[in-house]
Amino acid sequence: MFKIVKREEMAGGTVVLNEIEAPLIANKAKPGQFVILKATEEGERVPLTMAETDPEKGTLTVIYMVVGKSTAVFKSLKEGEGYQDVIGPLGKPTHIEKVGTVVCVGGGTGIAVLHPITRALKEAGNRVIAIIGARNKDLLILEDRMKQASHELKICTDDGSYGRKGFVTEVLKEVLEGEKVDQAVAIGPVPMMKFVSKMTADYDVPTLVSLNPIMVDGTGMCGGCRVSVGGETKFACVDGPEFDGHQVDYDELMMRLQAYCEDEQKCYNDFCLMEQA
Amino acid sequence: MAEKKKKRAIPRQPMPEQAPEVRRRNFKEVPEGYSPETAMEEATRCLQCKNPGCVDGCPVSVDIPGFIGLIQDGDFKGAIRNLWGKNSLPAVCGRVCPQEIQCEGKCVLAKKGEAVAIGHLERFAADYEREHGTGELPPKQPTTGKKAAVVGSGPAGLTVAGDLIAKGHEVTVLEAFHKPGGVLVYGIPEFRLPKEIVAQEVHFLERLGVKVETNMVVGRTVSMDELFEQGYDAVFVGVGAGLPRFLNIPGENLVGILSANEYLTRANLMKAYLYPQVDTPIPKGKNVVVLGGGNVAMDAARTAMRLGADSSKIVYRRSREEMPARVAEVHHAEEEGIEFHLLTNPTRFIGNEKGRLIGMECLKMELGEPDASGRRRPVPVEGSEYRLDCDLVIVAVGSGANPLLTQSDADMELNKWGYIVADPKTGKTTKKGVWAGGDIVTGAATVILAMGAGRIAADSMHDYLTLGW
Repeated sequence: MFKIVKREEMAGGTVVLNEIEAPLIANKAKPGQFVILKATEEGERVPLTMAETDPEKGTLTVIYMVVGKSTAVFKSLKEGEGYQDVIGPLGKPTHIEKVGTVVCVGGGTGIAVLHPITRALKEAGNRVIAIIGARNKDLLILEDRMKQASHELKICTDDGSYGRKGFVTEVLKEVLEGEKVDQAVAIGPVPMMKFVSKMTADYDVPTLVSLNPIMVDGTGMCGGCRVSVGGETKFACVDGPEFDGHQVDYDELMMRLQAYCEDEQKCYNDFCLMEQA
Repeated sequence: MAEKKKKRAIPRQPMPEQAPEVRRRNFKEVPEGYSPETAMEEATRCLQCKNPGCVDGCPVSVDIPGFIGLIQDGDFKGAIRNLWGKNSLPAVCGRVCPQEIQCEGKCVLAKKGEAVAIGHLERFAADYEREHGTGELPPKQPTTGKKAAVVGSGPAGLTVAGDLIAKGHEVTVLEAFHKPGGVLVYGIPEFRLPKEIVAQEVHFLERLGVKVETNMVVGRTVSMDELFEQGYDAVFVGVGAGLPRFLNIPGENLVGILSANEYLTRANLMKAYLYPQVDTPIPKGKNVVVLGGGNVAMDAARTAMRLGADSSKIVYRRSREEMPARVAEVHHAEEEGIEFHLLTNPTRFIGNEKGRLIGMECLKMELGEPDASGRRRPVPVEGSEYRLDCDLVIVAVGSGANPLLTQSDADMELNKWGYIVADPKTGKTTKKGVWAGGDIVTGAATVILAMGAGRIAADSMHDYLTLGW
């Protein structure tokens, strides 16, 4: 068992943080890499990009939104309980180098994945501007950590309940108009990454995105996670999860993410009914 | 002479199996196994040849007349112990080996009639021990104090583990998945090889002292060099050929097109056929097409039928004769209502506005001159395009070398396809202290060939551990 040593609820209980004991993985993991978690014997293998690792404590941290049965089962695990299986670190680490000015754009739980990359980019000597957004104030996570990890933090919410009213792309446009940006990193919901990439393409700013498609093994065996990048099929698990944002076929990715939608909705509803009963 | 004649008069005992119309909708094992009486009757047919061809036909040289003789005498305990001497996985081999081209193909009775049912008897001995046995373990050599790591817990790795533990070495098996067994658990379906049986075979090795560590992705969680730093004296790499091939034709990323690896892993390892009792879903097609003509294609088509498909078709670009699947598997599939569309090649997939598969376009093929594989090359018949409606396509056109381990721990020489270069006589790679075998060396093959490679490597590893490189 992989024990949960710390558990926190965020964004009104819709987002959960788990710090998990996994010394071998924590020792190896680098920003941008992911793990696969499976809570129970009957559980599903769920890929999640790590939000933090602590090699000394031998722990890794994942932050996830409760969207279906598997994440609802994850949420039901208490401190001291644990996951039956944690596998990793998987995927390629983020390529971190000093390029000058970097804009890091995060949305929803993507901010959790963006955080260690932002910090590493700052540590590498870049000037880092971070833009984070959420639907409303209650759903915004990791504001303090993102403030520390960057030189400048800009916040926006869709409904204007906190920070600027509007989407991250609007704030991004102002930044791109205002100064020369050498690189962008965008992690969040697929439409967000799509529109950020569209915008940075207009300004010729190389852009990295981190994808989270459906996968089973995470080691290149199943091909469930295939994405079209620059017209070529790539496996997100071994060729990614990060790709050139200007080359990704986001529409295809969104359709592939819907593959089990009906099954999952039913399964989740049944689970919620059972929990209530 | 008279006795031989009497023996020859006994027909090969048929294997009782579930009726096709019943089994096509359930996941229970198809063949039900011999009773002790049937097994003894079948064993009586063996002529106990002085120079047995069957043993030559076996990649791990099982003492076939020996164990069959013991079954003849009703000494089932002795039979399984005889088998264990050469084979750590008899319950598996008895079920999935292509006996017709190996041991049974060389049986002297096969020349004039039907071979002794060696596979069925092997299965019987293993099943009898599991269900009624004493659990008494075979003897082990004294401890050598040497440590070996086995990367991958498929048939090659388990064979190495079984051989080395018997020779007195310490053995740890490292598996990337959350369950050991490799292709035996993720690839071969429950109805051909019940997962409980694989678990028991692994448990048998654990009882012998083999340590099994799951969730260990060598190359990621731990590197090969770190294994040596941790004190392992020798490492065997048997990670299989886990990289699915696709056709690279338009529309292949539509929702509803899966690799056989993904489809079967969901069904077998994740037990998605029990969904929603388990959490992993699997697409349930009404009109399913499986592309390919090998055993994996048969497994996928038969799985789809069991998941409730209205139709399940094999689409293969060559003819029946060139199909690499075992005759028995093709036969089972046909009995279960799988349709065969041969000399047919898909050219593109068709989707709806939601990106979901609704059909595919195919071309009729005819056979031309032989190609590099010696089989006649299929060539398209001009103007033969037609559309086949389908809502689920499973691509079973083979697999390549998975680069996860080989690229992170370069040091080993690879061939141009990315497979590990290993000496066929010893299994030695170009990296000192590292052996390799199975599909990661040969490309996708069979369970028993991987076990044969494991046997060769284990012998060489034993020499190294006791004598040096």
